[in-house]
Amino acid sequence: MSDHAPSFFKRYFFSTNHKDIGVLYLYFAVIAGLIGGIFSLLIRMELAEPGMQILGDDYQQYNVWITSHGLLMIFFMIMPAMVGGFGNYFVPLLIGAPDMAFPRMNNLSFWLLVPSIILLVGSGFVDGGAGPGWTLYAPLSTSGHGGPAVDMVILSMHLAGASSILGAINFITTIFNMRAPGMTLHKMPLFVWSILITAFLLLLSLPVLAGAITMMLTDRNFGTAFFNPEAGGDPVLFQHLFWFFGHPEVYILILPGFGIVSHVVSTFSKKPIFGYLGMAYAMAAIGVVGFVVWAHHMYTTGLDVDTRAYFLAATMVIAVPTGIKIFSWIATMWGGSIEFKTPMLFAIAMIFLFTLGGVTGVVLANTGIDVALHDTYYVVAHFHYVMSMGALFSIYSGFYYWFSKMSGVEYSEILGKIHFWLTFIGVNITFFPMHFSGLAGMPRRIPDYPDAFAGWNYVSSIGAYISVFAAFFFVALVLEAFFRKRKAQNNPWGKGATTFEWKLSSPPPFHSFNDLPKVK
Amino acid sequence: MYQIRKIKRQALILTLFVVFMISMSYAAVPLYKLFCQVTGYGGTPMIGSNNFYSVSVGSIDVRFDSSLEKNAPLYFEPVSKTINVKIGENSLAFYKAKNKTNKEITTMSVFNVTPLQAGKYFNKIECFCFEEQKLSPNEEVEMPVSFFIDPEIKNDKFINEISEITLSYTMFIREEK
Ligand code: HEM
Ligand SMILES: [Cu+2]
Repeated sequence: MSDHAPSFFKRYFFSTNHKDIGVLYLYFAVIAGLIGGIFSLLIRMELAEPGMQILGDDYQQYNVWITSHGLLMIFFMIMPAMVGGFGNYFVPLLIGAPDMAFPRMNNLSFWLLVPSIILLVGSGFVDGGAGPGWTLYAPLSTSGHGGPAVDMVILSMHLAGASSILGAINFITTIFNMRAPGMTLHKMPLFVWSILITAFLLLLSLPVLAGAITMMLTDRNFGTAFFNPEAGGDPVLFQHLFWFFGHPEVYILILPGFGIVSHVVSTFSKKPIFGYLGMAYAMAAIGVVGFVVWAHHMYTTGLDVDTRAYFLAATMVIAVPTGIKIFSWIATMWGGSIEFKTPMLFAIAMIFLFTLGGVTGVVLANTGIDVALHDTYYVVAHFHYVMSMGALFSIYSGFYYWFSKMSGVEYSEILGKIHFWLTFIGVNITFFPMHFSGLAGMPRRIPDYPDAFAGWNYVSSIGAYISVFAAFFFVALVLEAFFRKRKAQNNPWGKGATTFEWKLSSPPPFHSFNDLPKVK
Repeated sequence: MYQIRKIKRQALILTLFVVFMISMSYAAVPLYKLFCQVTGYGGTPMIGSNNFYSVSVGSIDVRFDSSLEKNAPLYFEPVSKTINVKIGENSLAFYKAKNKTNKEITTMSVFNVTPLQAGKYFNKIECFCFEEQKLSPNEEVEMPVSFFIDPEIKNDKFINEISEITLSYTMFIREEK
């Protein structure tokens, strides 16, 4: 043990090492993703045909499924994978720091998530479960659901929020103070930029969610009336607070993905990223503007016409920096000698499908159109294109890109490609038809629907079965790699991979950078 | 090697920032209410104690609407559905409420005006909705609302041509014993 690596139990349970904590986060995300995937499978089984398929007349159970599915995927799959997993593992490596600024706080961030997910999943088994959706709208979540289930979800969100806030403080202090000599902010790799901006978004938005759900908790249990109209409160206030958090949150889910995709595209095109500074500042611009567009989720709550016009315009403005990023990725690939390895396939698909989701977002930003499409499957299609394809594909892309670095073994390229095509086909068959169901007027969050919507729903369900199969295929692929133990090189990607982590062994030593690297 | 004190100071500032944002979310509650009351935003009627206007610039129909909390054992309807009022003049209207149970019920009514932009010209002088109303078992009451419409409405280019304003109430049960 020349490395001074502690015993297994001490290494993982009391871990203060950024790489071990990163790995724990990734395992956690995979498990949460599989549980969330099972919920989505149940949802699509119920929706496969009109009439009730598997639920009988238990409509509340359907609400519980969609609530659990949404919260699991957002708070326990995407965020832990991108920020907790890749962020912890690679930010210190990419800036040449020996570890995070507050290693013990880092351990706390991870372990807070465990009681949090137990509370969330457990709430489904208590007293009919919690079914207000991931948006937790009052009055359903205040006066609509008695019993402890919603209280458990609120506490779960408090813990997950605390975990993310601590993580955000850790990232900001690390990135500001622990960069290797010569690594100025304007030389920082884009993934580090993306995590820095994400950390600021978390710091600004999560406390507002914490405040809002605390008000909800006291409304439910201690007789306050923040959201009770009969006592002078207003349920719409909850929506304002929620979306002040919620819209920045959706960018929290995608910005680290932007960072990952930039690294992958540059590596596999064997060119530096096109317009580096523009890429960094586009992310900053998205972060800033993201705080002043929240009411595009509330066009139907009775805002007056001037207010809606403002939110319409502000929302459209976000498409500009987003477009800058898309075009810069394309320009990076342009004229490059592109190698279509699995990470690159996921990255290109992400660029393509995220753009599609962005386009439907711009459609929905138009108040007049949104009044018709709000709360239909068109919205569901929109946000799954940006999250199930945008965010998830960038996680997969990062996973395949960095897998051999983290584990020291190589995945099978052919299995990786099969996994890519299964996922790509599965999610498109699932979510593309939802545009049609939505335009035809099918409302979201219902377990049963008129016969008129039968056709495309059946197609969506088939796609969901393929996607869930692909997720389990992915687990098998990882097990195969661990089982076969193909020894990884330090840098499997050749001269396109220029960042610090590729100069280290695979896996990197327990203490990386005993000698600080230098930036030329 | 690193400046530990500087890192700790930054972490402290960031923590204070989190505390500040939590307080801001609570500060949003009174600010939000104040904003609606001052601007008449979202159809919040103004609460005016006095009517300073005497000129009349035409008339307008005021429609009255009522609804009840789900499954509430009450009757709650306007006495007349519509009245025609002179703009700028005080008017009086009544709602009828009945407690259909053998228990004492305390109610509270919340209100709103449509079109929403008319909120800031709709002034309530007296209203049963300003406070809780107690209804004894099986009691039936008539409850007044007195209001006037600000003649300034005629100078608002967005709504100066409307011929109808709806005042809507929802009655909630606060206590049942
Ligand atoms: C070009 C950028 C985008 C625009 C213009 C946009 C616009 C919108 C609009 C107007 C809605 C409201 C639809 C409705 O409820 O009627 C919406 C919903 C949503 N968007 Fe986006 N969006 C964009 C990007 C994103 C991204 C990057 C994500 C996440 C990664 C995202 C996630 C969501 C989610 C989760 C919802 C639904 C929330 C809910 O009601 O449950 N959007 N978007
Ligand atoms: Cu949004």
